[in-house]
Amino acid sequence: MAYAAGVDVGSTQTKAVIIDEDRKIVGRSLIDTGANVIKAAESSYVAALKQAHIDEEEVEYVVGTGYGRYRVTFGNSQVTEISCHGRGAVHLFPDTKTVLDMGGQDTKAIAVNPEGEIVDFCMNDKCAAGTGRFLQAAAAALDIPLDDLGPLSLRGDKPVKISTTCTVFAESEVLAWIGKGKKIEDVLWGVHQSIATRSVGLLRRVGINDEITFTGGVSLNEGMVKALEDRLERKLNLSDDSHYMGALGAAMFALDHVMTGRAPVGSVTS
Amino acid sequence: MTTAEATKDLVGRGNREGAALFRDWFVELDNTAKTGGLSAYVFVMGSLNEILKTFDLPVVFPEINSLQTAVRRVAHEYLEEAEDYGYSPDICGYVKADVGSKLRGGEHPMGQIPAPSLSVLTNACNTYIKWAEIWDRMYGAPTFTIDIPGTRQAGGQTWRGDPDFEADRKYVEVQLTELITVCEQVTGKKFDIDKFREVLTHANTMSRCWNRILELNRARPSLFNALTDGTIFLGVANGFRGTEAGARYFERLVEEMEYKAAHGIGQTIEEQYRLLFVGVPCYPIFRRFNELFTDWGGTFVNSTYLWFASGGTNGGFQYDLADPLASLAEGVLVSTRDAMDAMFHQNEVLADMTEDFDIDGVIYHPIKSCRTVSTGLADSRKHLTEQLGIPSLFIESDMMDRRVVSEAQMKNRIDAFFEGLASRRQALAGAEG
Repeated sequence: MAYAAGVDVGSTQTKAVIIDEDRKIVGRSLIDTGANVIKAAESSYVAALKQAHIDEEEVEYVVGTGYGRYRVTFGNSQVTEISCHGRGAVHLFPDTKTVLDMGGQDTKAIAVNPEGEIVDFCMNDKCAAGTGRFLQAAAAALDIPLDDLGPLSLRGDKPVKISTTCTVFAESEVLAWIGKGKKIEDVLWGVHQSIATRSVGLLRRVGINDEITFTGGVSLNEGMVKALEDRLERKLNLSDDSHYMGALGAAMFALDHVMTGRAPVGSVTS
Repeated sequence: MTTAEATKDLVGRGNREGAALFRDWFVELDNTAKTGGLSAYVFVMGSLNEILKTFDLPVVFPEINSLQTAVRRVAHEYLEEAEDYGYSPDICGYVKADVGSKLRGGEHPMGQIPAPSLSVLTNACNTYIKWAEIWDRMYGAPTFTIDIPGTRQAGGQTWRGDPDFEADRKYVEVQLTELITVCEQVTGKKFDIDKFREVLTHANTMSRCWNRILELNRARPSLFNALTDGTIFLGVANGFRGTEAGARYFERLVEEMEYKAAHGIGQTIEEQYRLLFVGVPCYPIFRRFNELFTDWGGTFVNSTYLWFASGGTNGGFQYDLADPLASLAEGVLVSTRDAMDAMFHQNEVLADMTEDFDIDGVIYHPIKSCRTVSTGLADSRKHLTEQLGIPSLFIESDMMDRRVVSEAQMKNRIDAFFEGLASRRQALAGAEG
């Protein structure tokens, strides 16, 4: 049995996925990236190998992706997470035409063709508003665990309007609303709606289609899913593996090489 | 001369000689500053160099001075100087770097910049007007603003023979006559029509050569990098317009490019993807920005910058020496209007460029410093992508301010863009084979 791997070193978390030649996920892992990017990539990969019950020698090709893709020192080549999310999303949801990837510091709207190749893409600018970092800022301001944000937000019924476009100032605005006596749930629902509005703006630029697949760490946040679905007036494709989509796509590129000898589309050194 | 010797002599000569001319220009400005000589401040879009050179006025292009601080990686010093003085971080970086230089008494990395004896500007950019007002307050030198009528309807231009056009041309000509009077007052010299014709002759040579150079870059592989080499050519086109040195430079540049074309000598990398650049370059990381594309075999074969920032050479307009002032008015009207239209009505021109230059992808570079040149780019991209199916990339940074240039984010987008181009090429090859 041949195996291939993808390692997605993101700004917040590092993910590794190992697939077999039937394109089935046999191992996955997720750890916080932390300060040592090289170590994060290695640790994540080792954990995925362990879960897959295979040795490193059995993996024939590894593709690194994410901001730290050039720090995947054991990787054979690199592909951007933009291509990888597109590829992974179409693998899990073959009818996908648009991918929304919401990560720690980037939100990306990606238009893909049936093969999962990029047709067009659009990302947030240098500001992290509209990304996972925005939620982290709100969680920090309210001293609430990040995982609780989504469920709490769904209990809001009178969302406040978050007007700032700056993540740092958003923290102040959140506290200002609390100071005015607004319920935490309403403030959080407002935060989620604000991010959803910015994300839909990105999606519009590449074209909103019926089949939108939501990927990245924030796709696990049920409040964000609801805010987006309300705004888009349609259901999003979601998977338990949405968080791993970049690593999965990277593994798919790696498997292409294993099965066909075709080099991944990336592979330019930094 | 052997082919090898000719190649060594000719290839890269334009860049070497352009750099030398640039140094000469700034030496002249430095001397002018130190001796208290006269100088005219002008702008790229509608410089009126033809009249100013007739009066032997050294010209200062504050836009070029400012971008030079960015290329030399000291722009932040000047920007911060202006911001400390009270200028907002959100206004034009060119203005702030110039103000920073002025606050330092004209200090600039290439030499001392003289104070203006006269400022000449057009309405091609609204910031020009406010910028000249700053000099007016600082130095009290006369400011002459030429009002250029723009395109009357969206994309619908009028041309010679049309009554509207003739009225516009006459309107500009009268203003040029007034400018000549102001120049006579500032310099104490009488206007010399014979010298004026000589200046126009040199300008004609430069415009003709400019067109030829752009045309030659349709070659495969392309002959010069429209972004990096092209910016050197632009500097000479602006600073030396209407001079013998400028005309000679461009004649020799044509010779170099024709030689390269005849011998199949392209840019220094193997050309994989031919790119069109739209906007103003990212000067704070000028070389590195280009490398992010050349790493993938991407070469810039044309640029809208070579069009709207070419100081009147765009379109190759030839002045009629039999009626020089009327002809200059027509040229200024057409070229400045064209530069303004480059920002708002560029779809057809871009579509033509993509076809003529066999473009694989278009790179849009909106900049924080200049909303004027950036505003229409999203619409343009949408048009190109949806109507013509041409892959494009939209990356926002700045022409001056390193603080808003994120190289890591830029690289990620550029890499993804090329991955898309590579997939597209693989798919096409698969379909054909």
